[in-house]
Amino acid sequence: MSQGDFKSKAGHVTTHDHDHPDFLGHHWDTPVQQFEAGKLGMWLFLATEILLFGGLFCAYAVWRSNHPEIFKYGSQFLDTFWGATNTAVLLVSSLTMAMAVTFAARGRMKAVVICLVLTLAGAAGFMAIKYVEYSHKFHEGFYPGMSFYEEPHASHLWLPLEETAIAEKAHAFELDQAESEEGRAQMLLRAELPEAPADAVVWNKPVAGTGPAGLTTSDLATDRAEFTVFLPEAVLGNLEDIPEELAFAQHHEAGEAVHLSHPLQDPERPANVQKFFTIYFMMTGLHGIHVVIGGFVMLWLLYRTLKGHFSREYYTPIDFGGLYWHVVDLIWIFLFPLFYLI
Amino acid sequence: MSTHEHGAVGHIVPIRLLVATCAVLLFLTGLTVWVAKFDFETIHVSEANILIAMGVATVKATLVCLIFMHLRWDRSFIGFFFLSSVIFVMLFISFALMDTHENAPAIIPGNSIEIQRQIDAVDAAQAAHALIPDSAADHGNGH
Repeated sequence: MSQGDFKSKAGHVTTHDHDHPDFLGHHWDTPVQQFEAGKLGMWLFLATEILLFGGLFCAYAVWRSNHPEIFKYGSQFLDTFWGATNTAVLLVSSLTMAMAVTFAARGRMKAVVICLVLTLAGAAGFMAIKYVEYSHKFHEGFYPGMSFYEEPHASHLWLPLEETAIAEKAHAFELDQAESEEGRAQMLLRAELPEAPADAVVWNKPVAGTGPAGLTTSDLATDRAEFTVFLPEAVLGNLEDIPEELAFAQHHEAGEAVHLSHPLQDPERPANVQKFFTIYFMMTGLHGIHVVIGGFVMLWLLYRTLKGHFSREYYTPIDFGGLYWHVVDLIWIFLFPLFYLI
Repeated sequence: MSTHEHGAVGHIVPIRLLVATCAVLLFLTGLTVWVAKFDFETIHVSEANILIAMGVATVKATLVCLIFMHLRWDRSFIGFFFLSSVIFVMLFISFALMDTHENAPAIIPGNSIEIQRQIDAVDAAQAAHALIPDSAADHGNGH
């Protein structure tokens, strides 16, 4: 029997045709034999998945046992809340997947469709949260490997410069601004401002609101914290497009202890701290690829279920797709504590 | 609870058992997050945190395998098969750790050579950048 035959007829399998159901390959004696052989093959594949991730877990173990301080230090830059949320999302999607298998075995195909849609939503939700986490990390300059030490994009990641150099730059900036109308308007705005406090230039320990009227922040128009202007709250309120540095200053009290944005700002950081982010991105990245593949598997199962390819006699792809999805869950169960809960 | 319900092929796991399993898994997730807040190293039990976290994770993984993945009702050969892959990974990790611990004293402290080169390059670039007054103006025209 060809593959095309069973696809077009699987929906019409009658319970009277025990000896020769359409979904049964010609080289199998019984549906149970076919199912069990397929299941062994699926578990063989899952075992290779464990070996695949095993290499990365080994790298993690070796790196961590040699340099536990890197992992302890790096872990504080991950958000446990999002990690735990993603764990819950995957666990619940695993539940809906297992429910889909149970409903399929009972022949309740509408319930299967609902469960598959929920599982798909779980996969999408997981990737959405991962996207938020990744983009946040990239934005702050947490890259794997050597890129970690390259010039960070975000302004507040720049280390403080010498005060004289800052003053020189401020002067050059003023001269430049005087040439444009917009620049002159900004200069007028700034002319009314009080003097910036002496400690305002220490940007790696941001101090907000140290002056009499307002906030300490970097220059408005540049995207780098290279010199400091001082801005009263009233002026700040009239700005339409609030730069990142200002937004930062607005949300922090004077003298408030501020969490370090980037390890490069911290002279006490352990050597080779980039290794934490390297192994983090590699392991969660490989896992993320598996989640995306799982999403496509769900779509395929959904399509075939809606086409009526499955019945209570034949739901093997749903069962095996489910096994794959549970392994993806299984891997994350270990990744979560290893990265977020150190 | 009909744990012995059989379909056309294989065992059928009741929905109630699946939901209960998921509830236990979510509870264990909460537990492991809660326990991680305590630093056991301060009371001289180093590595206790990671052992507890891995222990809870193993319990969770076992539940997923046994219930969600039907291993409890499958032929024991399949469980043996899967478990052997896990055991081989553990062997792999154990031998790698033994090897690296033998050689760990030879590890040179500080940043690796390439990383240190990169850090020095960035520092030099920043120092040079600070001495060029025009660069601030270049950025200033952006808005």
